[in-house]
Amino acid sequence: MALSNVLETPAAGFNFDNAARNAALEGLFERGQAPKPLKTGTTIAGVVFKDGVVLGADTRATSGEVVADKMCAKIHYIAPNIYCCGAGTAADTEKTTDLLSSNLTIFSLNSGRNPRVIMAVNILQDMLYRYHGKIGANLILGGVDCTGNHLYTVDPHGSVDEVPYLAMGSGDLAALGILENGFKLDLELEEAKELVRAAIHAGIMSDLGSGNNIDICVITRQGVDYIRPYQESEFKDNRKIKYRYRPGTTPVMTEKVVPLKLEVVQESVQQMDTA
Amino acid sequence: MAALATMMPNFGQKVSAKSDLVPEWTSQEVSTGTTIMAVEYDGGVVIGADSRTTTGAYIANRVTDKLTPIHDRIFCCRSGSAADTQAIADVVTYQLGFHSIELDEPPLVETAANLFKASCYRYREELSAGILVAGWDRRKGGQVYCVPIGGMLVRQPVSVGGSGSTYIYGFMDSNYKPGMGKEQCLELAAAGTHCCCKACWELCSQHCRHIHTGAALSHSWLRGSDRPMR
Repeated sequence: MALSNVLETPAAGFNFDNAARNAALEGLFERGQAPKPLKTGTTIAGVVFKDGVVLGADTRATSGEVVADKMCAKIHYIAPNIYCCGAGTAADTEKTTDLLSSNLTIFSLNSGRNPRVIMAVNILQDMLYRYHGKIGANLILGGVDCTGNHLYTVDPHGSVDEVPYLAMGSGDLAALGILENGFKLDLELEEAKELVRAAIHAGIMSDLGSGNNIDICVITRQGVDYIRPYQESEFKDNRKIKYRYRPGTTPVMTEKVVPLKLEVVQESVQQMDTA
Repeated sequence: MAALATMMPNFGQKVSAKSDLVPEWTSQEVSTGTTIMAVEYDGGVVIGADSRTTTGAYIANRVTDKLTPIHDRIFCCRSGSAADTQAIADVVTYQLGFHSIELDEPPLVETAANLFKASCYRYREELSAGILVAGWDRRKGGQVYCVPIGGMLVRQPVSVGGSGSTYIYGFMDSNYKPGMGKEQCLELAAAGTHCCCKACWELCSQHCRHIHTGAALSHSWLRGSDRPMR
């Protein structure tokens, strides 16, 4: 049976403490337009090959129509043998994977065993189902454990599928086309990496929400190879002007120095017990 | 089990706005949009299903296994929301396993069906799950129970379910006869799910399982192109 301190069941129901604060914040912005949540608008893909699992992702994070982060890390660490790609709302994928990683670390420390991919999947499924799709995290979990090489997808409502290859995110249709064409069982490492790279590349080319570089993560029994970036975007901007200014660029017209008068009002000393 | 603890009502709030770069179907719930069927015969049951899972117009998984084992000789066929049915199946598997250990006996199919009904009926407002429970036990042999959306429970000799089942009501009415043997039931299940897939223009495989008394459970994946259309 699971140890009671591995997973704490949180209090039932939603926590609405922030609702009043959010309403106040809405009023502060112009025309009531609060900033949009950062979505990853992504292409992520995973492939099971002969010796393990290859996960790939693009690195663009969008906030509405603006690229908020050109080098965002979408492949999250869960355990030494398990990594997770996340699509959907960036905050949700970050926090969900962090929580999962913490819980599995506690389990490892308590039991002295490496976690299995199916454990990560079950914890995610429990949590996402409990929130009935309100947590916008579309996740691809891949890992190698004593039972073999596994690739799972978990959707925000909490349904799970185990599949040999997979693509998610806004660029998934383009990526899936490449995967459907090129996937075979028991691929070699280089073939699998090239297939995932081509799939993410197709997503980047065909989808506005995906772009910039390609990250690849290879998980095998021997270890993990997290290659970031695996391929850099050929569309890098060459800035013509430097935005650093020497001290003295702005002329100083007048200078006025006002010393702040501070007096000690109260002083208390606490001895540290260092014995 | 954490999944049993809270089932919250749906506030109908969407996570993503329409103007985002993400297509509509990514925020839709994954549904199985399905054909499932179960037939009992003297000595066991045959169950079958298609293998397609959709989110809106997109096929999320074309090799889904909708025939989920609940216990050694008891299966359930899932249709409706994928998340809901997986969660319910997990809950019932736990409850039935615990019950079976307490009794130190293989559980009855009727017990499994009642456990499904209990969950489906209590949370009927929040759930979207149509389930067929089928299996074999020593007391009553092969049995099929139907637990549709809403949480009704009724035992039937043959049952179909899922959104694609409407296409084979006529087929089942004309081809099912009481007292069929194992081979005929397998034929019926394979032909039934295949007809359904053809009628919905589904090019996916069908998954047929066969649960018999003493012998090991057998199952077969039939690819859509293999079966000749009669």
